[in-house]
Amino acid sequence: MNTLNKQGRPSRPAVAQAENEGQFETFSGSKALQQTELLLFDRGDNERTGVDLPETPDIADDLGDFARKDAIGLPGLTEPEAMRHYVRLSQKNYAIDLGVYPLGSCTMKHNPRLNEKMARLPGFGDLHPLQPESTVQGALALMDQLSHWLTTLTGMPAVALSPKAGAHGELCGMLAIRAKLDADGQTKRRRVLVPDSAHGTNPATAVQCGFTVDEIPSDDTGRVDLEALKGKLGDDVAGIMLTNPNTCGLFERDIRTIADLIHEAGGYFYCDGANFNAIVGRVRPGDLGVDAMHINLHKTFSTPHGGGGPGAGPTVFSDALAPYAPVPYVVKDGDKWKLVERNEDAEGAPFGRMSAFHGQMGMFVRALSYMMSHGADGLKQASEDAVLNANYLLALLDGPMTRAFDGYCMHEALFNDNFLKDTGVETLDFAKAMIDEGYHPMTMYFPLVVHGALLIEPTESESKTSLDRFADTLLALAEAAKAGETERFKQAPVHAPLRRLDETRAARQPVLRWKPAEAEAQAAQ
Amino acid sequence: MRYLPLSDAERGEMMKTIGVSSIDEIFSDVPESARLDGLIDLPRQKSEMEVERALRKLSNMSLSAGEAPFFCGAGAYRHHVPASVDHIIQRSEFLTAYTPYQPEISQGTLQTLFEFQTQVALLTGMEVANASMYDGSTSTAEAVLMAARVTRRNKCVFAPGLHPHYAEATQMLARTTDIDITEIPSAIDADAQVIDQIDDETACVVVQTPNVFGTLVDLELIAKAAHEKGALVIAVVTEVVSLGAVKSPGEMGADIVTAEGQSIGNPLTFGGPYVGLFACREKFVRQMPGRLAGETVDADGNRGFVLTLSTREQHIRRGRATSNICTNAGLCALAWTIHMTLLGEKGLRELATLNHRRARQLAERLGKLDGVEVVTPRFFNEFALRLAKPAAGVVETLAAQNVLAGVPFSRLDPNAGLHDILLVAVTETVTDDDFDALENALKGAL
Repeated sequence: MNTLNKQGRPSRPAVAQAENEGQFETFSGSKALQQTELLLFDRGDNERTGVDLPETPDIADDLGDFARKDAIGLPGLTEPEAMRHYVRLSQKNYAIDLGVYPLGSCTMKHNPRLNEKMARLPGFGDLHPLQPESTVQGALALMDQLSHWLTTLTGMPAVALSPKAGAHGELCGMLAIRAKLDADGQTKRRRVLVPDSAHGTNPATAVQCGFTVDEIPSDDTGRVDLEALKGKLGDDVAGIMLTNPNTCGLFERDIRTIADLIHEAGGYFYCDGANFNAIVGRVRPGDLGVDAMHINLHKTFSTPHGGGGPGAGPTVFSDALAPYAPVPYVVKDGDKWKLVERNEDAEGAPFGRMSAFHGQMGMFVRALSYMMSHGADGLKQASEDAVLNANYLLALLDGPMTRAFDGYCMHEALFNDNFLKDTGVETLDFAKAMIDEGYHPMTMYFPLVVHGALLIEPTESESKTSLDRFADTLLALAEAAKAGETERFKQAPVHAPLRRLDETRAARQPVLRWKPAEAEAQAAQ
Repeated sequence: MRYLPLSDAERGEMMKTIGVSSIDEIFSDVPESARLDGLIDLPRQKSEMEVERALRKLSNMSLSAGEAPFFCGAGAYRHHVPASVDHIIQRSEFLTAYTPYQPEISQGTLQTLFEFQTQVALLTGMEVANASMYDGSTSTAEAVLMAARVTRRNKCVFAPGLHPHYAEATQMLARTTDIDITEIPSAIDADAQVIDQIDDETACVVVQTPNVFGTLVDLELIAKAAHEKGALVIAVVTEVVSLGAVKSPGEMGADIVTAEGQSIGNPLTFGGPYVGLFACREKFVRQMPGRLAGETVDADGNRGFVLTLSTREQHIRRGRATSNICTNAGLCALAWTIHMTLLGEKGLRELATLNHRRARQLAERLGKLDGVEVVTPRFFNEFALRLAKPAAGVVETLAAQNVLAGVPFSRLDPNAGLHDILLVAVTETVTDDDFDALENALKGAL
């Protein structure tokens, strides 16, 4: 569709493209359900408001020199205007509720609305984190129940609920490892082994915790190269950060051996739990020799991704690391629940506090609601369906598209770009063509160990009918690429609200906020 | 199971296509010793109605803020959030979208983030802001690391009015780095003491305003001293509604502003999820942590937005990223930006004035009680009382009478010797009846 430029005129040249012969550009710039929408700052003003407040007492302020004198410049909208602004914007977003969202490693599964309703119950949603313990027993009980589910499902003895996202959970786990090493006088152990297929957060976290990163190559089955790993062990190794199932969507067959090797070498096993959703109910990480693992509640237990957060990353610990888990945490004391908020009140030696309060309570409620709804049987079935769906797609697409590795996958199917060889179409073009077909692209160019990677994670939420249609579309696209319909891919998307965006320009000449016209004019001079 | 679309017959067909006779074959890469037989020992699936019943029971075990005269603050504030905010953030297109990595079909999220960044920059008086952090405390911790990168120095000073939990969260993130933090013991109105600690190796000072005791802090003096030594000022704001009435940190000379945004758009929710604000001077932008939305054009020259400057971030730079942060507080940032749009300049200023004057009214009433002294010299909507008895006990006594009187400072820092200090916050949600209830209950308890 057309967006208006800053002068308010439709800016796309009003020339009908060949494929749109007979179509006219609209005068308004909108196209039926796709409405153009200006920036808030192009339309609001400082006098308008959508909030009526109780009367302000007629007394003086006491702010002295602190009183704000100049205008802030914040535009406002009345409620009907604001509703329309944000509803129109919302319609420019793809969403799980709209179609297949096969982002590998991101787990875009259905978000049950019961969970939203439960998170808004006043006994969870309208509680202050620093109310007296006696007035928040229900919230503490819920955290205790969530802990029970998480430790039982993972087979790990302890959990820290407070990490606020997956990467924050990684930080929590690695800081516990660091604290344990320091407590044992193992201050030379500063090298962390990270496979080359790992999420970027793994090396970034290790470095943030004061470790150096030593990359382990993958073997030709897409798994950790065991011989290379053995060659890297030594008395300076703090541990390994390993995702399982890994980012190629494969179960690390040698995981027990890897855990034993790391432990024998005096290190600890951090498992990136991003892909726990593939194995919940069938495998407990505690049985694999894991010492710490974060759980992305927004992936495995379906708390909504919300356009990029908030996440929640509770982290489970083995007996060795449990004493170092951070404050605060909940304990049951007789028939009451207590919140241990300070190191000196804790039994172990917590490494500290991750954030101001107790973690992502709103996400805890949603995740527990999800787990209670599924139960042990439903959770297992969900993992199995996720894995079944991925393998079904792998089977349907294999051939016309080229799979990266042999064997069964877990919850996601990984392809390389060999099938696009000599077509002039690249992974990115293929993905953008999917947008025109009404699908969100899969994860592209990740993991880095596969050339032109296309990582497809359908999740358990897709029906067979939906998968069949999705596969038919991908097969048709693969065929079109091979048939030389290059323009279909290079031009894509042509049916989305916008065509391809110039990301290079965005990075070279960063415009990170709106500025008033006069300020922009001044800057230009 | 109501969330799982596959039927057993379809599962069978799909296995046939795959070429297996049971799902176990697909899981054959799992070491035998780790394969579970049967189900894990947890309850079985439940209907929507049963789950709701169980969770309602837990919810009812607590005394929610709306059920009682309520005066808690100390970093989380109970403001009224318009109903339309919660409605919009529950739209599928916002709620069930991922991080906007495909900008052509994510303009809704990207444009709102661009609007959010602009609103945050305007409000804090800074040039740029990112697309949000986990919360105010982690935002502050990241700011300290950033200041060390920018200045290539490693000393940091915390002002005595910094929220003790913010101090702890920052210490946590800094303890594995070479950053050396000096903390000054908590004090109600002594933040200018940081000036004495600044030297040529100081990367930054961290000063909260209003501080944890509610005191408005003059950043100008501190900024002048810091800048003379080449150090940066990180201003921390835990009650962003204050910025509708008081001068922005940017105006007072701050270099980085971190804030807890919860007050706007987001309910208390027992501490999270909240939304961390992070704003700074434009020249530091390439050292910023977290996601940034930026303006650009599409292939037809139309304005659009993308995530940008991602070479700072972990998914590109891995071990050399500015932070390990991946996610932002997407939906909480959206709620923030919608609420801020509904308020606008006019609404925000009115809201701030209302908060300030209501707090003044209560402080005046309570200050007249025997055994109560208002010790915060100049405040926005939160002040500290010195009580004739330990504050924690008084809070417990009042909670038993269904009055949530505030936060005893000893809860945040039991070692500061401030057991008699009670932090009392007043927002627009507090009524005259609530004032009466608190006043009467305090009279009885002291």
